[in-house]
Amino acid sequence: MYPTRFRYEAPRSLDEAIGLLHEGGEDAKVLAGGQSLVPLLKLRFASPTLLVDLNTVPGLDHHDVDEQGNLHVGALCRHGDLERSALLKSTQPVMAAVARLVADPLVRNRGTLVGSLCHADPQGDWASVVLALGGSVVAAGPGGRRSIPVRDFVHGPFQNALAHDEVAVEAVVPAPRGIPAGGYLKLERRVGDFATVGVAVAIERDGDTVTRAGIALTGVGAATIEAADAAQALVGGPLTGDVIEHAAGLAAQAARPQGDHRGSAEFKRHMVRVFVRRILEQTGERAA
Amino acid sequence: MTSVRVIEEGPDQGDVPTRRITVTVNGRRSVVECEPRLLLAHLLRQGLRLTGTHLGCDTTNCGACTVLVDDRPVKSCTMLAVQADGRAVTTVEGLASPSGLHPLQEGFKEEHGLQCGFCTSGMLMAAKALLAENPDPTEDEVRWALSGNLCRCTGYQNIVKSVLWAAAKLRSDEPEPEA
Repeated sequence: MYPTRFRYEAPRSLDEAIGLLHEGGEDAKVLAGGQSLVPLLKLRFASPTLLVDLNTVPGLDHHDVDEQGNLHVGALCRHGDLERSALLKSTQPVMAAVARLVADPLVRNRGTLVGSLCHADPQGDWASVVLALGGSVVAAGPGGRRSIPVRDFVHGPFQNALAHDEVAVEAVVPAPRGIPAGGYLKLERRVGDFATVGVAVAIERDGDTVTRAGIALTGVGAATIEAADAAQALVGGPLTGDVIEHAAGLAAQAARPQGDHRGSAEFKRHMVRVFVRRILEQTGERAA
Repeated sequence: MTSVRVIEEGPDQGDVPTRRITVTVNGRRSVVECEPRLLLAHLLRQGLRLTGTHLGCDTTNCGACTVLVDDRPVKSCTMLAVQADGRAVTTVEGLASPSGLHPLQEGFKEEHGLQCGFCTSGMLMAAKALLAENPDPTEDEVRWALSGNLCRCTGYQNIVKSVLWAAAKLRSDEPEPEA
């Protein structure tokens, strides 16, 4: 399967990339890892007239922690880089846990976290995880840079908040203020399949008290779902069995699953409840 | 040697823009001119006539087209050829040496690691990357590393055995480090 014809540019700087996108208009697309875009081109679900390849732009493959403890993940940082990262294990254990669950090892060597956020697939893993952690995307355009929280960045299925001449240059996950915990659980039929259901839970604690919580759901709606009520139910006290059960129920209510070949809507909703409970119970056991 | 088949399509769109790239495949440098939409897998197979790289699903699922790009295993059906500009690509043709088969190829022979053989070149390349990073993998680590490569014949048992055989062989070939 061949993509339709397009013009290809490999800019040497971010400014050049932005200039090309500006000039290319709505039919220009950014190419980073290409693990979603290239299949879409081949199936001709997408037929951009211009591809701007970021892979030749230096300075975008980083992942590092700044002086305030915020984690920055550059647009060319591959899933595989994050999977192998000692830094991630020590600073963002929830992200370290999800990195090895994304797609398969071959795709992880090319695909990027920022690209996954931009692709905004309701079945994508990273959007839920970064949303639960309160992260944001930094967009660079002709007018400068702006930071967009992931909750506002993912507009809908395969829709993001970028203007056509903006490049998502990095994702930023804020430093945890308390002791971070949580996890990501994903139900998939086989390695590399999209999530039937995925649940991201990120909490921060001061002693036993939960001081911040985020819960987001993968694959159970038309877009990544933020289960804000469920998260709020965890804040202000310890993780007791009753609190966990209540939050798990609220998260299941927030899900908007549709039945398909991967399972019925009831099954998926049930799995949201199970996964929220399981992550929080494991979190409690690890702390004890 | 380095000519690339022109893709025929629809009415004439005038001059088809091509791009000149330099790619080193199995240690051999080639300068090729190709359309940006040409996939790396097609450059290897049709342009460079290296047909050991197979195209299975063509939808980023099966891993039959796995090659190493700068030593990392990737699906060559999901990367544009122009993106290999300046990179080193290793295909299954680059495994054996004049003195004989690569230990991975020997392992697949010894442990009956293939039946129809269609997935084998991809399996070999993914396994090569694993053993470069982890010379003494557990069975679980082998399964994990090959989880992006599908085989519809073997049930994977003998593929895993083959990789473990090769790992042991490669370790025994290594000179013992000085104590």
